[in-house]
Amino acid sequence: MLKPTEYLTCVYGLPSGHTLPVYEKHAYGYETARRVLTTMTAEQVVAEAKKANIRGRGGAGFPMGIKWSFMRPHPTKPAYLIVNADEGEPGTHKDRTIMERNPHSIVEGCIIGAYAIGAHVGYIYVRDELHLSKARLNEAIAEARAKGYLGPKPFGSSWSIELYVHSGAGAYICGEETSLLNSLEGKRGEPRLKPPFPAQVGAFGCPSTVNNLETMAIVPTAFRLGCEEFSKLSALHNLDDGGVRLYGLNGHVKKPGVHELAVGPTLRELIYDLGGGVLGDRELFAIIPGGSSTPVLRPTDTLSAPDPGSKLHAWHGKCVLDVPLGVDTMRASGTMLGTCCVTVLAQGTDPVMAMLNLMQFYHHESCGQCTPCREGSGWLDRTVQKIFDGRGTMQDIDALHEIAGNVMGNTICAFGDGMAMPALGFVKKFRKELEAYVRGDTKKENARLTVT
Amino acid sequence: MPFALTPERERTFQELLTRYPTKMALTIPLLQLCQEQHGWISEEVMLFVAERLDLSAAHVKGVVTFYTLFNQHPVGKHQVWVCKTLPCALRGAYDVLHQCEKKLGIKAGETTSNGQITLRTAECLASCATAPMMQVDKEYFEDLTPERVDEILRRLQES
Ligand SMILES: Cc1cc2nc3c(=O)[nH]c(=O)nc-3n(C[C@H](O)[C@H](O)[C@H](O)COP(=O)(O)O)c2cc1C
Ligand code: SF4
Ligand code: FES
Repeated sequence: MLKPTEYLTCVYGLPSGHTLPVYEKHAYGYETARRVLTTMTAEQVVAEAKKANIRGRGGAGFPMGIKWSFMRPHPTKPAYLIVNADEGEPGTHKDRTIMERNPHSIVEGCIIGAYAIGAHVGYIYVRDELHLSKARLNEAIAEARAKGYLGPKPFGSSWSIELYVHSGAGAYICGEETSLLNSLEGKRGEPRLKPPFPAQVGAFGCPSTVNNLETMAIVPTAFRLGCEEFSKLSALHNLDDGGVRLYGLNGHVKKPGVHELAVGPTLRELIYDLGGGVLGDRELFAIIPGGSSTPVLRPTDTLSAPDPGSKLHAWHGKCVLDVPLGVDTMRASGTMLGTCCVTVLAQGTDPVMAMLNLMQFYHHESCGQCTPCREGSGWLDRTVQKIFDGRGTMQDIDALHEIAGNVMGNTICAFGDGMAMPALGFVKKFRKELEAYVRGDTKKENARLTVT
Repeated sequence: MPFALTPERERTFQELLTRYPTKMALTIPLLQLCQEQHGWISEEVMLFVAERLDLSAAHVKGVVTFYTLFNQHPVGKHQVWVCKTLPCALRGAYDVLHQCEKKLGIKAGETTSNGQITLRTAECLASCATAPMMQVDKEYFEDLTPERVDEILRRLQES
């Protein structure tokens, strides 16, 4: 069931909603950070954070509290909090709304997070194009600093905290956490081999925690409500997927937008109840559930959990549109939850043209460090282009499968899989349409991505 | 003449230096300050950055060539980016791009002959729910219609 909430979005529509006075008046501004820093030890904060079951909002869904616990016992070197606001995954448009409309939630979350992981300095890495976001964050930081919430003695405590906005320079790959760290250090944004993980060797060679911007922004809410209570707001609390989060809708829906909801709405609720249905009242054709790297779904797909002992068994065989969206439920449906921003494709969309668009994206954005990804991204792009141009063969369709298969698991960073999985998804779910191009039954002259 | 920052940007640079444990971390921020001033990253700019940060010129060049937003050649006074990634394309981004190309008389990647406007395509700019969209210099224009695109370009051409 849809459970709209307004913990982050309560100030979204207000005049000057991004300023400190509004945040204090309408969103319990900094009361939680004050309480946490003046009454709890860092160990207690981490223990409490685990109970919130906040699965990372950046796409991979790693539990935030557990990530924080990797920073304890407290290291001897300086530690850093790194906030990932590179928001570049195609179809993702949620972090930007928080930065523009509720930047203080981020600052407050960072104060709690920095204290918990033992960091005196935090960097918020924002992609360069988001100029308004950067300005709003800088304003919020200045306001918080003027009040003494940031600086040498936040809320009178002895744990100094400084927060800085750092700008990217145009590279999707810098959203990958180790690439981001290299970029922050002033290097080319090439991902690093893991291990070591950022908690061991992160920014400037020191232990670091990298969290998505929305992950940090929801922290004050979790601590205000009590982390366990917060987790229980979710329909998937028993799957350790807790709380509330932002859901985005884009593509062929009547009302695109961003909504805050308790975790666990279904795709049907999002698309039809919140999105007003498919554009032009067309049939739903396909869904990309959480950013372009999450494999495409057809409305006929189902969740698979045949084992009666599985916590997901209750949904076994159920239509993917009617399964609560969560990290584990989407995995069992042959895709991934990703960033919770849903791209809707209406009947009439050409899936080969859609696939080509995405393969062009990955080809452009591969950092080129590993051969399978560098070469594979080019091959995928060129092969789909060839098929789309009407010059393809049936072997080319199989080649797509093979190229993507060779990338999977053979690269330094998850970009490779993030390109190969959707490629495999398109080939599997739209083989008929690819074949129609090869046979000459479909021609690119008639292909459309728009449907009005 | 060797490149130098304006006094105001020099102050910004000095303030930024206090934020990081290494000078190298200033590579991108300093390059951005320079590009803001100079419009693009010339050899002189790279040498300036290398010298100010005690880095090799090769390091600076490696960074410049990695990121798409560093201009390695002079560009127009105004930058127009049309987002062409799937969510925008589902809402008409290709039409927006064609309209811009037609109206400006150039292809994506080119600059108008008077040096005023460079047209480029962009990958997803986190604005997919208000697609189609384009960025002009530092500003986003969202929920575009053909009329608005015309209007935006007309104002830009007149500016
Ligand atoms: C190619 C690629 C791009 C990514 N882009 C982003 C991004 O733009 N924003 C983000 O928060 N995480 C992104 N991630 C995920 C990060 O690597 C990392 O998992 C995340 O920032 C951790 O934060 P979280 O645990 O709070 O989600 C990306 C990962 C990959 C492989
Ligand atoms: S997988 Fe691709 S993006 Fe990631 S490091 Fe290798 S080449 Fe770069
Ligand atoms: S696809 Fe254009 S802003 Fe996301």
